[in-house]
Amino acid sequence: MSPLLEVEDVTAGYGSVMIVHEVSIRLEAGELVTIIGPNGAGKSTLLKAIFGLLPVSGGAVRLSGDTVTDEAPSRMVRLGASFVPQTDNVFPSLTIRENLEMGAYQRARGVAERVDEVLALFPELSERTGEQAARLSGGQRQALAIARALMLDPKVLLLDEPTAALSPVRRQEIFGRLMAIREGGVALLMVEQNAREALAISDRAYVLVDGRNAHEQPGPEMLANPEVGRLFLGLDSIEDGDGRDTAGA
Amino acid sequence: MTEILQLIIIGMVVGSIIGLGAMGLTLTFGVLKFANFAHADLMTLGMYLAFFVFVDLGVVGPHVGPFSFGWGLIPAALFACVGVAAVSVAADRFVFRPLRGRGSDFLNIAVASLGIAIALQAVIQAIWGSAPLRYHSEIHKAWTFAGGLKIKPDQILIIGLTLAMAVGLYLLLHRTRLGTAMRATSDNAALAEASGIETERVRVATWVIAAAMTAVAGVLFALQSQLRFDAGFEFLLLPMFAAVILGGIGNPWGALVGGLIVGISQELSTEWINTGFKPAVPFVLLIVILIVRPRGIFGSETQWST
Repeated sequence: MSPLLEVEDVTAGYGSVMIVHEVSIRLEAGELVTIIGPNGAGKSTLLKAIFGLLPVSGGAVRLSGDTVTDEAPSRMVRLGASFVPQTDNVFPSLTIRENLEMGAYQRARGVAERVDEVLALFPELSERTGEQAARLSGGQRQALAIARALMLDPKVLLLDEPTAALSPVRRQEIFGRLMAIREGGVALLMVEQNAREALAISDRAYVLVDGRNAHEQPGPEMLANPEVGRLFLGLDSIEDGDGRDTAGA
Repeated sequence: MTEILQLIIIGMVVGSIIGLGAMGLTLTFGVLKFANFAHADLMTLGMYLAFFVFVDLGVVGPHVGPFSFGWGLIPAALFACVGVAAVSVAADRFVFRPLRGRGSDFLNIAVASLGIAIALQAVIQAIWGSAPLRYHSEIHKAWTFAGGLKIKPDQILIIGLTLAMAVGLYLLLHRTRLGTAMRATSDNAALAEASGIETERVRVATWVIAAAMTAVAGVLFALQSQLRFDAGFEFLLLPMFAAVILGGIGNPWGALVGGLIVGISQELSTEWINTGFKPAVPFVLLIVILIVRPRGIFGSETQWST
């Protein structure tokens, strides 16, 4: 049986400059998979290429066995994938409710009910639905961005550094939410700079170095593997480097 | 005092026309992110397309109540809306969208719009000539109110229709799914696309809505004044841009208020300065607002907020 999301030998980049080279990744239903790597490793570029925000120059992306390489983001959403960008991930002049409604733009009916369902997962947003998103804190914005991405009940959720620039407490809140979302049956593929916390909750993880696959291992095992930090990330161990040096392009 | 009040009334009429046009201009700026210098000539095209139906085809009809025109001006205005929308969408499809696709910057697209403006003006002049035209030649009597204040029924219609269209635009932007998608696309087009919003369709809808407002503004301008092929550059472009910047770029309500300020200021200025200098008033307002409050009166960090 084919994986829910399969990335096979994908090469992608900006214009003629290729950042990602023949990278392969798979994501099974209900899994939480994390991609880590040093700055400039191509992690965010890979996510954007998977979601159709950047052209794929080589290789293939498959969703539920169907080839979706270079499909437009609006089509990817229709096929069951959602994406949470690292920055600028809410509509600032729209209210919280309007942000959520825009996440369900392709839904013909039942939007109000779905807003209520999603808000139940994010109680800090539920009492402020009439407020403009511009007034939210960084953590609240991130929560809203994830909530918006859940509005169409996706099969796959792609997250680009969902805890970037958040305090440890807010990071734990977001990771807790992601685990709850996984338990709800959504598969998650995330790029994350806070490697220790991300690996602790991940089923599997990939290390990308210089835009290429460097290593793959179950998350907790990778966390305990001193060689990964030393060989691939330039750290004595991942635990020592937590929150320090796995962000990038 | 009566004279001042009379000038304010005339200023409100002129300001309503400028404001209605400016709302369309600011709408395209908000969603499409460029200054459309062809906007004033699209407005001119609207007045001439209505002329084509109303006068050239002779669809006049009996008089509408106390107004100066016959029923025929209503289908003529609708035809103008459709025609201006078609030209706007075609310009986007064949000029602006390819430029966007190539990653052209704000300035390149604005210069392309200037080219479209010149082309439109040339086509209008070639078809209808250089001489000023009117929808009709009848004398339209004004109503006289307390204190000797006078206003024509057409002018009341201009103010009322502008306010009605402004309310309609507000309801569209804030009470409909399309309007919310337009505001979302204006906020962050890439995120809108990633959310599943078909942003190109939203852009086409924006052109159509802005075109309809622009065409109606053109018809109202011709009703109040006359049809001139060079009205865009001569009378409309700068006041509309002044109104948009005064009200806060991307803010439709601000554009309406900005239009009223420009119109009233222009008319009031004639009390103290030669009428010939009236067109300079928007320039002065523009310079003052750019120095004092570059974000405009209603400008905020997030547009569409008022």
